[in-house]
Amino acid sequence: MEIELSKVAVSSAHGEDSPYFAGWKAYDENPYDEVHNPSGIIQMGLAENQVSFDMVEEYLEEHSEQALLGKKNKRSSFRENALFQDYHGLLSFRKAMASFMEQIRGGKAKFNPERIVLTAGVTAANELLTFILTNPGDALLVPTPYYPGLDRDLRWRTGAKIIPIHCESSNGYQVTPKTMEVAYQNAQSMNMKVRGVLITNPSNPLGVTIPRSTLEEIFNFVIQKNIHLVSDEIYSGSVFSSSDFVSIAEILVSKNYKEAERVHIVYSLSKDLGLPGFRVGTIYSYNDKVVTIARRMSSFSLISSQTQHLLACMLLDENFTEKYIRVNRERLLKRQQLMVNGLREYGIECLEGNACLFSWMNLSPFLEEPTMESELVLWNSIVNEVKLNISPGSSCHCVEPGWFRICFANMSEKTLEVALERIGDFILKRRANK
Amino acid sequence: MRLIVPLQGIVQGRDGGLVLGSVLPCALFFIMQFYLWRNRSVSSAPPPPPPPPADETEVFSPVLHRVHSRSSISSPRGGAAPVSSRANSISKQSNNTPYQIGLKRVSSDPYDLSTNPEGVLQLGLDENRLSLDLVQDWLAENAMHLIAGISRVATYQPFDGLKELKVAVAGYMSQVMEGSIDFHPSQIVITAGVSSAIDILSFCLADIGNAFLVPSPYSPEDMKWRNGVEIIAVPCRSADGFGLSITALENAFNQAKKRGLKVRGIIISNPRNPVGNLLSHETLYSVLDFANEKNIHIISIESSSSYSCSTHHVTMAEIANIEDRVHVVYNLSNDLSLPGFHIGVIYSSNANVLSAAKKLTRFSPVSAPIQLFLISILSDKEFVKTFIETNRNRVGKMHLMLIEGLEKLGIECRKSINGGLYCWVNMSGFIRSYSEKGEMDLWEKLLNVGKMNVTPGMACHCIEHGWFGFCFANLTEHDVSIVMNRIRKVVQSN
Repeated sequence: MEIELSKVAVSSAHGEDSPYFAGWKAYDENPYDEVHNPSGIIQMGLAENQVSFDMVEEYLEEHSEQALLGKKNKRSSFRENALFQDYHGLLSFRKAMASFMEQIRGGKAKFNPERIVLTAGVTAANELLTFILTNPGDALLVPTPYYPGLDRDLRWRTGAKIIPIHCESSNGYQVTPKTMEVAYQNAQSMNMKVRGVLITNPSNPLGVTIPRSTLEEIFNFVIQKNIHLVSDEIYSGSVFSSSDFVSIAEILVSKNYKEAERVHIVYSLSKDLGLPGFRVGTIYSYNDKVVTIARRMSSFSLISSQTQHLLACMLLDENFTEKYIRVNRERLLKRQQLMVNGLREYGIECLEGNACLFSWMNLSPFLEEPTMESELVLWNSIVNEVKLNISPGSSCHCVEPGWFRICFANMSEKTLEVALERIGDFILKRRANK
Repeated sequence: MRLIVPLQGIVQGRDGGLVLGSVLPCALFFIMQFYLWRNRSVSSAPPPPPPPPADETEVFSPVLHRVHSRSSISSPRGGAAPVSSRANSISKQSNNTPYQIGLKRVSSDPYDLSTNPEGVLQLGLDENRLSLDLVQDWLAENAMHLIAGISRVATYQPFDGLKELKVAVAGYMSQVMEGSIDFHPSQIVITAGVSSAIDILSFCLADIGNAFLVPSPYSPEDMKWRNGVEIIAVPCRSADGFGLSITALENAFNQAKKRGLKVRGIIISNPRNPVGNLLSHETLYSVLDFANEKNIHIISIESSSSYSCSTHHVTMAEIANIEDRVHVVYNLSNDLSLPGFHIGVIYSSNANVLSAAKKLTRFSPVSAPIQLFLISILSDKEFVKTFIETNRNRVGKMHLMLIEGLEKLGIECRKSINGGLYCWVNMSGFIRSYSEKGEMDLWEKLLNVGKMNVTPGMACHCIEHGWFGFCFANLTEHDVSIVMNRIRKVVQSN
């Protein structure tokens, strides 16, 4: 007789059957390569930062050389590290993360290394927090459009539910007290206990920072409902102009940390430093109990001590981090402009973005009908005819059809230009057919 | 609800130092930079709230008392932004189990031959340090080209491990098994440690409120208390050499059924920590028959390093390729004397389990640079051959030294079919009253007077009193005589 698996194992909550991932599969089968496969699919659905990796690479190479001197010392240090299993993580690394997070925020908020809990990526951090803050069947409120991976990360093993806070382009997708209340009531009407609000700031997929006033409204809302606030600030170092970004940490500073114990920040080096392969994430919680529990639970998702140390050295090097943050911002802005202007030439507008590795592109004028079905039809053409993998707004739970997330930082400038040309051809053909 | 699983290598250590390749000059330079940076005047932002209450050696809390699964669904108390009941149950877990107390004592006063010879000796941690020097030497010779490769894996990689790593791990396991088993790379899942591996498997094989059977005594490192699955200990007796009895499994299964608990699998370790029993073919097939009859899974936590005999050893991996209810977990990092690396391996031929497990590794992947290191070292067949042999010899030698020393003190050790990194020792002759209290009194004396942390049987759910686990893989040969002297002091004063 066939042996049974668990409900989690057979559930489709991993989401890998959605269009977001279907596009990736198509890309995997026919990936673009400038030389070997110039007619392949260009990956514009992967939010990876490759524009500044040369600086990281250079740093790693230079300091590894230094590492080879002093052999005797190298032996003892390797040993200590190889044996170090403490799930607190290396103090030097936690200090390095705290300091890096402070630098990104221009010193406007301070971070205590003792509140930093390490996890193998933000994917793990978000899931871990959900285990801690919700019981199975409880709900988290998440503004739409949101990163499709959250459907899996917040719900799959935890049994938690996501209730969307629907946002629209008419007000720049801002969350309002009214829309939050609607979502809250919606959950209640389905007998779900709301445990918190989860925001991504700057937003994925919108590529915009959340204004201070909105953050304050969200904070007031969670206080009023006595629930938690999780702020995923994974793109905080990818805001083009440093003055644009306001972290929830700054709001807490302005309130003298009153009610701070309901706030938890999630961060990673995957996007800002272009090191997703290193799997480094952190939960920064202002709640003592959450810190303690998260730390214990982080045993399920540990970062090797060696990786911690290597990165600690790098992040504590102020010369490196100051330059990196500044140059990375400049390059991302330049790349974004290249794409946005290129699209504009073909009559395609994007939401005015000031952050992240992607733009929120408006293709609604090109839909046959203003419906999600039409959006998917258009998306299919883009993947299979235009040969670009982009992410349809419907997979991000956007209520308005026709919007797409298009990434610009995971390729060379040349490839981006090829992609823009292809879009141009597609648009011109469409117009000609009409 | 918790799932208490016998796992190796999930423990605390001292705050560490520096990392692979990088060196003191580099670290000193940056530490100085950091010091200067911290001491210059910064912006006017007020300091963040004070840190949470200090717990210098926050230890994984082993759950020694069982809570019924249904309690985890109870509603939480009110208060400022309450946490979930599953979080509350973790939070309530005792910080003062013998396991944790022992680890804290070692951490605050660790024995070191040169710098702290009166410190507390660590014999309660299932960590293999015996062959770390071999890995260090290898690294000294091979670091350069490793470092050059790091940047090429900085981008997103498959969460369940690089293909080359799976091939290297398959090759390594084959070498360990002396070519007697074919390991298929496609049936391998890499994750961030044994805890993660068990976590993933338990989520794949059981639902909230289900149960796993675990033969006791088992290692006190508790693992899975977030998936709502209950552990049912299946006691094994000294009269049976602590061997696994199918009758006991049957009884445990039936009792669970009466309580309305659905058993989804058995979790065993091979060698069985801390008792050291190696799996025999007879046991393997009995367990398999039992699992087939009840239609449940088998998870086997295997070690490749702790066989103290060089004769052919039996492993569940032998049948993993043909039985889709068998899933093998390896604590690869501990096997290589690198517990800080946190690398666990799942091996299974069950396509559905593999598919789900691979997707779940996104929550606990291994960083790419570490994978590169592993690919390199595991592909070095000559090194692996020497490592396996040397490690086995050292484990065997240390084991024997400890047994001989203990026997001279009149302390009986189980040695006949022994594997593992523990001496499982009968000290019931030295406890004042044959009870849990008697055992704990002796344990405390060993810790406070003898200044050695050992594992009391009670922490392993042993139903007989007076048994202790002495892990020897943390010791040097010289340390053994010190251990004996200290034990002598304690038992003589008793």
